[in-house]
Amino acid sequence: MDQAMFARFRKCAVEVLSVSEDQVVPEAKFGDDLDADSLDLVELVMALEEEFGVEVPEEDLEGIETVGQAYDLVVGKL
Amino acid sequence: MGRRRARRRACVSRVVLITGGSRGIGLACAQRFRALGDRVAVTYNSTSPPDGFLGVACDVTSGESVDAAFAFVEAEFGPVEVLVSNAGITKDGLLLRMSENDFASVIDANLTAAYRVAKRATHGMLRARAGRIIFMSSVVGLLGSAGQANYAASKAGLVGLARSLARELGSRSITVNVVAPGPVATDMTAALGDKRLAELTAAVPLARMACADEIAGVVTFLASADAAYITGAVIPVDGGLGMGH
Repeated sequence: MDQAMFARFRKCAVEVLSVSEDQVVPEAKFGDDLDADSLDLVELVMALEEEFGVEVPEEDLEGIETVGQAYDLVVGKL
Repeated sequence: MGRRRARRRACVSRVVLITGGSRGIGLACAQRFRALGDRVAVTYNSTSPPDGFLGVACDVTSGESVDAAFAFVEAEFGPVEVLVSNAGITKDGLLLRMSENDFASVIDANLTAAYRVAKRATHGMLRARAGRIIFMSSVVGLLGSAGQANYAASKAGLVGLARSLARELGSRSITVNVVAPGPVATDMTAALGDKRLAELTAAVPLARMACADEIAGVVTFLASADAAYITGAVIPVDGGLGMGH
């Protein structure tokens, strides 16, 4: 995992989800660990799209539960 | 100008955007909000608004135009805190004489446009964890109106739109409500002609048309702190015309 890239990802997550940096680890689950609801996730995806200049279609979000999965998804679009 | 804006922002002055705000009900809303000290931007299509408002030419049937209008308002005032989706058109005719284009264009301008502006406004409201969205419907949305199948359908659609958004956005303290006016003295109703207007008024228990300011008062109420716990509501302001639905 590229640390600089992950730092950018983490910055978005911290801002949008109002969590602390050390909570944003690859194994963290959005629902259980970060207390994020579906609207939070939509907002996070929009922030990530802006940060990384990618587009993440709705259907790709199916089954994304953890920070690591979301990171891989976004970085995979670069 | 910059300093005055900064000072006003320190008070409870909100950023209000009204579509179709250069005349009729929209203009009356704009005047009310301005009297409350809010910073008011109005979009217009054909008639530019009077002095004192930030006018933005906008075609609400174009997502790009809506986006550009919001970007302009955000640059001038900051994120939109109160959205009044008011712009609307009519293309009346009996069903058998109503072309598909007449139907679709009214839905596009009255209903899909409300989706466009609400979606665009929601970006900033979610971030702010606050916001007020008000859709201008009509008594005919639920009453029906011979010769206005397209218009009535578009106005009824706003209720489903508003109530869905009320559920989606409620956890972020964003309220979404609908105002359903009866006959109001505006350019739109003047086009109906005296005979039709007399018929309309005869059916109203209060036996007169509303003035636009009477609608605007309810809109500013829905945007006020007193209305913080009202969402997904359809408020009739129709002189009693729609009683029972």
